[in-house]
Amino acid sequence: MTEEIIIAGFGGQGVLSMGQILCYSGVMQNKEVSWMPSYGPEMRGGTANCTAIISDEQISSPVLNTFDTAIVLNQPSMDKFEDAIKPGGLLIYESNGMIRKPKRKDINICVINAYDESVRMNNTKVFNMIVIGGFLKIKPIIDMENVIKGLQKVLPERYHHLIPLNEDAIRKGMEIITVEHQLN
Amino acid sequence: MKGNEALAEAAIRAGADAYFGYPITPQSEVIEYLMANKPEDRTGMVVLQAESEIAAINMVYGAAGCGKKAMTSSSSPGMSLKQEGISYIAGAELPCLLVNVVRGGPGLGTIQPSQSDYFQSVKGGGHGDYKLIVLAPATVQESVDYVKLGFELAFKYRNPVMIQSDGIIGQMMEKVELFEQMPRVEPNYEWATLGKKTDQPATFITSLQLQAEEQEKVNHRLQAKYREIEKNEVMFEKINCDDAEYLFTAFGSCARITRKAMEMARAKGIKVGLLRPQTLYPFPVDEFNKLADQVKGILCVEMNAGQMVEDVRLSVNGKTRVEHFGRYGGMIPNPDEILNALEQKIIGG
Repeated sequence: MTEEIIIAGFGGQGVLSMGQILCYSGVMQNKEVSWMPSYGPEMRGGTANCTAIISDEQISSPVLNTFDTAIVLNQPSMDKFEDAIKPGGLLIYESNGMIRKPKRKDINICVINAYDESVRMNNTKVFNMIVIGGFLKIKPIIDMENVIKGLQKVLPERYHHLIPLNEDAIRKGMEIITVEHQLN
Repeated sequence: MKGNEALAEAAIRAGADAYFGYPITPQSEVIEYLMANKPEDRTGMVVLQAESEIAAINMVYGAAGCGKKAMTSSSSPGMSLKQEGISYIAGAELPCLLVNVVRGGPGLGTIQPSQSDYFQSVKGGGHGDYKLIVLAPATVQESVDYVKLGFELAFKYRNPVMIQSDGIIGQMMEKVELFEQMPRVEPNYEWATLGKKTDQPATFITSLQLQAEEQEKVNHRLQAKYREIEKNEVMFEKINCDDAEYLFTAFGSCARITRKAMEMARAKGIKVGLLRPQTLYPFPVDEFNKLADQVKGILCVEMNAGQMVEDVRLSVNGKTRVEHFGRYGGMIPNPDEILNALEQKIIGG
């Protein structure tokens, strides 16, 4: 199993930390992982993306031009990465603020309204965890217990009391993600 | 761990006595991590942000003269500033560890990853007939391991060692196993200036010899040392070379992207291998020479306009064709275009 993921959105949406959490969780499940951010003159409100690779085998290139899964959280990211998904791959997008719907017919497409859900949960900071939940529902490559272990690793100890909240957000994401286009 | 942070942690664990540096993207996490982790409390290691890169390298020179395990790190434009000091340290035959997390140039260039400092690291950079031992990590794990190895080689040969990383290896995160904390050692070397005792002759550390005859002797000694390094310290990784009809070569992060291209080529039935130099100096001359008898062509893939390719051509000495493929100025090649270059320039060429 090798899963090559691009996660893209606005800076401040938790794009980079989503990739990190997936990778740390992967380590907890004895997978090989690599995480590569788009570093640069980027700022809050600008675009950000990261490549996360989770695999049973040694990972060669940490930099890719096609992906198994693209998780896009804003319109510029959709425009940039829709065409980079391998045929038969998966696109997950956040519906809030998306003006143009995806065009591809040769991929699976799922939609998640994580922003509205995070508002309902009274905490927009868990937005990215809701998205992770949606992804893990469609591609259950990592067990929930290992995601929690991953969170324990990423979060400083003073934030560990927030882990149950994050777990709720992941479960919420699993509930609300919907399939928009499915290949036979 | 992030590449830069893992490298900084490795420096503490290797028992380094001092780090002197100055922040620059994409290398700043090294000094940030060292500052945040308070190594002075853990091992007594000194971490200092100097007023400039030039000050930092000269602080390294001073500490190295006292037999201390000293290091500095920077990225390309900062490394250019350090070249005078590096030449002096090489001339004075002192050990130290240098880290260059390379970004695109020339000039201030870009902050994106590049490998365009190969010539600077391998062919001198500063003035005079000197060599650095140059290690090129391709993973975060190697970034860690080469810190330990780098200090060992620096003290074994009393010569500066350079770790040439780049923006990809520095910024990416992956799994890493850290070695156990090593103790800091009190220096006890004949060559170090440790305070003269009455029963011992004075120790001089200098890179200045006004008599040409004396300076030639220094150069003879340096060259003899470099031949010894070339004999003993070559490191490389060979993948799928046994049955290879064609050969990729690349170093550092670019070797990983090239490895992906090799896997794609193998899936198409093209018998191609990968030779990855882990030491850029000393260069794996003999290994290239041997493989040149076997393969129909070599494609050298680099994130620069063609630098290591010159050493590959010298090594094979016309026995097989050698072509270069590169992206530069901070652009990263993708596996598709590398495979395409192999088919166009080597197989079809």
